[in-house]
Amino acid sequence: MVNGLNLALQFLDSFAFIVLAAAGLAIIFGIMGVINLAHGEFILVGAYATTLAATQLGLPLVVAMAAGTLVTALFGLVVERTIVSGAVPNAVGQRIAGRDVMEPLYDRLADSMVATFGLSLVMVQGARIVFGNSIDQIATPLGEIAYGAFSYSTYRVVLSGVSIAVLLVVYYVFTRTDYGMRARATIQDEETAKALGVDTERTYMTTFAVGSGLAGLTGALFAPIVSMQPTLGDQFLVEAFVAVVVGGPSVVLGTALSGGVLGAINAVFSNLFGTFVGRIMLLVAAMIALRFLPEGITGFIERVRTRRQEGA
Amino acid sequence: MAADPAAADGALARLRARLEGPHTIGNSRGFWAGFAVAVLALVFFPWYGSSGQFSLFLVLSLLGLSLSLVWGYSGVLSFGQVVFFGVGGYTFGVVSINVATPGGITAAVLAGVVGGGVSAALLGYFMFYGGVRDVYVTIITLVATMVLHTFMAQTAGSEWTIGEAPLGGFNGMPQIPLLSLGVEGASFQFVYNEFALWLPLLGRAQFDPFYYLALALLVVAYLGLRALVNSDFGRVMVAVREDEDRTEMFGYDVKRVKLIAFVIGGALAGLSGVLYAARNVFIDPTVFSLTFATLPVIWVSVGGRKSLLGAVVATIAVEWIRVTMSGEWALVVLGTLLLVTILALPGGLVPWLHETVVRNRPDPADVEGPEAPDAHSEVSDQ
Repeated sequence: MVNGLNLALQFLDSFAFIVLAAAGLAIIFGIMGVINLAHGEFILVGAYATTLAATQLGLPLVVAMAAGTLVTALFGLVVERTIVSGAVPNAVGQRIAGRDVMEPLYDRLADSMVATFGLSLVMVQGARIVFGNSIDQIATPLGEIAYGAFSYSTYRVVLSGVSIAVLLVVYYVFTRTDYGMRARATIQDEETAKALGVDTERTYMTTFAVGSGLAGLTGALFAPIVSMQPTLGDQFLVEAFVAVVVGGPSVVLGTALSGGVLGAINAVFSNLFGTFVGRIMLLVAAMIALRFLPEGITGFIERVRTRRQEGA
Repeated sequence: MAADPAAADGALARLRARLEGPHTIGNSRGFWAGFAVAVLALVFFPWYGSSGQFSLFLVLSLLGLSLSLVWGYSGVLSFGQVVFFGVGGYTFGVVSINVATPGGITAAVLAGVVGGGVSAALLGYFMFYGGVRDVYVTIITLVATMVLHTFMAQTAGSEWTIGEAPLGGFNGMPQIPLLSLGVEGASFQFVYNEFALWLPLLGRAQFDPFYYLALALLVVAYLGLRALVNSDFGRVMVAVREDEDRTEMFGYDVKRVKLIAFVIGGALAGLSGVLYAARNVFIDPTVFSLTFATLPVIWVSVGGRKSLLGAVVATIAVEWIRVTMSGEWALVVLGTLLLVTILALPGGLVPWLHETVVRNRPDPADVEGPEAPDAHSEVSDQ
């Protein structure tokens, strides 16, 4: 019984980790066709901003977390304007040389990976130069749940609740708001959306900021429990990446399903054979899933649904 | 007949025709003259530079070349070239520790190359014949790198010993014997075997056999890949890169083409890994780390992925910057360099330079026309 509870808590923990790590990346990938390899470093920005706001400015934790999220969203906006869309360099280029200097990275997967990897190198090393190899950490709030011989951090349980809330909010934003409708129209057919008066450029800009803000939120939420060093983004990137591709093109459902499947695999194998085997099995499961469902879980669901409709 | 200069010229022309084509930069007499000068400069490099360090750049250039073939010519962005690099290095280590005779070490080199090729064949078959395409290939290869990194990092225990060779986990595999090629009685040791050499005018320099081994292998690999990409198979590879579905429609077996290119790339990366492990007499799991995995992608995109020459030049340049800067700003400079090249020159530096040179090159008619002597006399007047 105790073991079952332990397993359930571990599952919730890895589910929350995978969903929170992946949500921002999934939105940017799903809507803009840009793979942001600097996603881990956006999480780093959120975590550092939260920690510094709490320790240096003395803000209450929740306010500091909101500040961290906001700072990352703004940072994402700057990155979108300068690197992803190239609006700023092109404006400068127009003024100096009278021509554009770069193409937007939209829907150029390989190029966006390489460019954002360059950004991530600069950001990690920049954080190291500015803040040193670590900064002071905020304590984990909310204490622990104890049951029998075991104890578990309450904060981690709260995190899994937050991860579900994040999924619900993202679902609401993309299905019930004007922005969500424009964003989905842009994914479906950019040219038609543009012809119908959707400012796709603006949609992309907002999307990147929203995705970055989610990365910042992840950083803010994990700030009290991961060690504050410049490489902290690395541990999120792989899981996020894997969850997004296993999930497939549908952002909310895909992230939720792959978070569930991968979280379960991770929890079961970690419980049986230790964290190392858990991590390896998660990666192996991702490779096998990609081999058999190259379009991810939701791509597969979509195909089955279409086939059924055609059959009916 | 063989003494006939025309026949010799014909053989040379045939050789050149094999190495030249639309897919490679430098199909002119001037290019080959420059190539010869560059190779000679590298041969005499030990007289004016540190060959010990430079040999590392040459070894890594092989890794860059392997990615250029796979990504630049067949359109498969492999984030996992270091998988085959590392497998090659580790295989070499395991075999050579177990059979530490010259013959055994020679066999270990081959085993490392085969190890790289076989692991590429396994992963490539799994992916290409499973219908995995485009960016999903990139992600699977990246995940494969992470799996190996996680796995090799925990092989510290004594149960992780193959024959006599402990894998060593994070501590790496330190007892790799010195690289010597040949068989018992007739072998030559390449690493840590420096002796002084004196040349008239140039003076004395340490003669480092490993440097020349690496240089020779790099030149052979470069010319060999040039011949490959300009062959019929190379044309199909480029067709797959440009439009996979159309190539398949024309009746080519796209999966097989990608798999073959992937295996050749894997074997070359394996060779690079063997030389890396042999040069350092050491290998550890950092070769599977994310940072190391992205280095080949950086080299190849900075140099120009559709250019074999670009891969070599950029590998040497980027690694040189990385090593000489070695301060805390090195990674910032490297990241910025990568960012600026991919944004402003998506084709890469070397193709861009080449185009600039070709565009500014005077028309042959002008050079041989009446203006050429004028230009010459102007220069000599000054």
